[in-house]
Amino acid sequence: MEITLIFLALLMAFVVGWLIKQSINTRPWAEEGVIGYDHAGGPLSWPAKKVGLAAFLAVVTSLFMLFFSAYNLRREYPDWAALNDPDILWLSTLLLLLASVFYQKASNAAKRSEESGIRVGLVMAGVFTFCFLAGQVWAWQIIHEQGAFLASNPANAFFYILTGLHALHILGGLWVWGRSTIKVWSGEEAYKVRLSVELCSVYWHFLLVLWLIMFYLLLST
Amino acid sequence: MAHVALADKGQELSHPHSWITQYVWSQDHKVIGIQYMVVATLVGLLALVMSGMMRLQLGFPGTFTLIEPNEYYQFVTMHGMIMVVFMLTAFFLGGFGNILIPLMCGARDMVFPYMNMLSFWVYLLSVIILVASLFVPGGATGAGWTLYPPQAITPGTPGADWGILLMLISLAVFIVAFTMGGLNYLTTALQARTRGMTLMRLPLSVWGIVMATILGLLAFPALFVAAIMMTLDNVLGTSFFMPAVNILGEQLEHDGGSPILFQHLFWFFGHPEVYIVALPMFGIASDLISTHARKNIFGYRMMVWAIVAIGGLSFVVWAHHMYVSGMNPYFGFLFATTTLIIAVPTALKVYNWVLTLWEGDIHLNVPMLFAIGFIFTFIHGGITGLFLGNVAVDVPLSDTYFVIGHFHMVMGVSPFLVVFGGLYHWYPKLTGRMMNVTLGKIHFWLTFLGTYAIYLPMHYIGILGVPRRYYANGVTDFMPESVATINSSITIAALIVGGAQFIFIYNLIASLFKEKDAGGNPWNATTLEWQTPDTPPKHGNWDDELPVVYRWAYAYSVPGADKDFIPQNEPPSDKTGKE
Repeated sequence: MEITLIFLALLMAFVVGWLIKQSINTRPWAEEGVIGYDHAGGPLSWPAKKVGLAAFLAVVTSLFMLFFSAYNLRREYPDWAALNDPDILWLSTLLLLLASVFYQKASNAAKRSEESGIRVGLVMAGVFTFCFLAGQVWAWQIIHEQGAFLASNPANAFFYILTGLHALHILGGLWVWGRSTIKVWSGEEAYKVRLSVELCSVYWHFLLVLWLIMFYLLLST
Repeated sequence: MAHVALADKGQELSHPHSWITQYVWSQDHKVIGIQYMVVATLVGLLALVMSGMMRLQLGFPGTFTLIEPNEYYQFVTMHGMIMVVFMLTAFFLGGFGNILIPLMCGARDMVFPYMNMLSFWVYLLSVIILVASLFVPGGATGAGWTLYPPQAITPGTPGADWGILLMLISLAVFIVAFTMGGLNYLTTALQARTRGMTLMRLPLSVWGIVMATILGLLAFPALFVAAIMMTLDNVLGTSFFMPAVNILGEQLEHDGGSPILFQHLFWFFGHPEVYIVALPMFGIASDLISTHARKNIFGYRMMVWAIVAIGGLSFVVWAHHMYVSGMNPYFGFLFATTTLIIAVPTALKVYNWVLTLWEGDIHLNVPMLFAIGFIFTFIHGGITGLFLGNVAVDVPLSDTYFVIGHFHMVMGVSPFLVVFGGLYHWYPKLTGRMMNVTLGKIHFWLTFLGTYAIYLPMHYIGILGVPRRYYANGVTDFMPESVATINSSITIAALIVGGAQFIFIYNLIASLFKEKDAGGNPWNATTLEWQTPDTPPKHGNWDDELPVVYRWAYAYSVPGADKDFIPQNEPPSDKTGKE
């Protein structure tokens, strides 16, 4: 459970640090009058959706950290038979990295309100993401052909479950990607998709980092 | 980016066009809150009836043959899971959280109303799946609310085929529902506060609910992980948790799994879950006590930090539920230490409640009775928790009625008293009518004294060594005959308390038609929900302008002021303040 605890400790340290800044110098019982938004304790400057995404990413991180903790605990047992990780996973990693780069390009273009840049970035990001998913399915087939079935060993079960759950989160992201792509191609102005593109690019980077940690874990056994 | 807060932008509301969109597929946080409360109450009544039937069996073994041993275990499991997750968690966060957060923050609604509506309907789905498990072949799971493998999915345990599967699916669905709601509660409290409502001006109810939401968002994934892995063990024959099991000479297909891994995951959720219920209870109790004692809450900043500290610490105490699982004693010592440390901020809160009452202008209104009753039950349940936090004491007591007495006192009775207190308190705002006071007082005294008659004796028979989880005790050397007498008296008290809840349900419904108009602010409270232009608040809560907040939530009996309360949104005058 160490991984989860470290993650939670970091998160709590961040929350506590932020709260101290908000509350240390205030004496609410003695203060009266209007306080502007710039005063400590007002809302964050982020839009609500960005705060919502940040909270959601914390939830997903917690979910995967717990899976990683379970992985580390379970692999100590003698019946663990390490999987022969297929090489295709290296290619998938590169594909997801490219998807992330292009989403960042789309996000940058959205900030500058360049509609053509958004279109190119979004389409390329989407193509590479679908290629990544195809690569994952291919990897599943390879290890399935090796005879590594879900029930035959916990190492296999973890491989399927972790990559599957990660792919599900990518599919969720692709749903939002699809909506903004349709909007951009049907001629919506850049500012209308800016926030959604920006948040999606953050989500893609997050899923990339998550994949890198997961890939490291899978390779390490 | 320019500093534009959500509250300023005139949040877009979905305007209902028909009865259906107004009351059924509603995106109004108040309607969703009430929907949550109604469903949680119904499923809670089911769990209450189950506990009555179990008590009849325990109090008069052999007299009533209402339930068989298998059903007894199924009822134990369903009663526990429903009360902890589907009733209390849903009621505090989905019910009170939905209603109170936007009103107390001065917002028009939750920041993601559509997702909020979805949250309720997915919650309802999880409840339906759970209740459906009572009717599948083999019935509901009888694995105990902790669902420990291997027995949870091993043949011989009631509901090992379908019951456990539906339970796990229902929990997973509940977690999805909670996450959608939780993101709303957190984001709304952070981003949709009205002008002047700084964090340190928030009522403690909001602090408690929001911190509980953070705990839930981070801890429920542990249950989700455990549920997915156990489902795979059950359905596809993986061996995450399942060791090699031989039943009646027949080898199951599993091999090498770790039941302890499940326990770690379960309690990594399970202990924060205790505080997911407790923190909103602390917050709401603080507001009830301060309002009805006409006095500011003692040590507001300390109360806030205690909530934060308890929230953080609640993640590092989980293994104190596993002292009897064959744990290394040094590991146990570590968790005993953290468990005792978490008692410090908790005790601070108790002192502060008592000090708030000290020399207060105490009005013994019905909500206040429940809040004071809660202080009693919480102290009793909390102190027995200190016993059980120590490894050497816990090991002999762990499987006895002492534990039943402890946790029912601390996280059964206490949160329910606060739920009742909160409902008597906010009912006038939600309906525009007061609740009947006489019925309320009868309900309080029967519940408060009755629960003592139920749970106090359990501590004694627990110390005698009477084991929990047994369908019938039979004849043993170590149990004197008086145990049977005590068990009968506990059952009679339990039936009376159970019956008293129907007085409350009657009061909830009858007061809608019979009682007098409440007016906008019957308790002369300071917080924003009492200052809405309409009672009950209309969709959007406020008129064209959002309220502006000038002071903290506890301006009661301010020296020199002409009333004994100053609402948060009343502009400062020369008499009451500077500026």
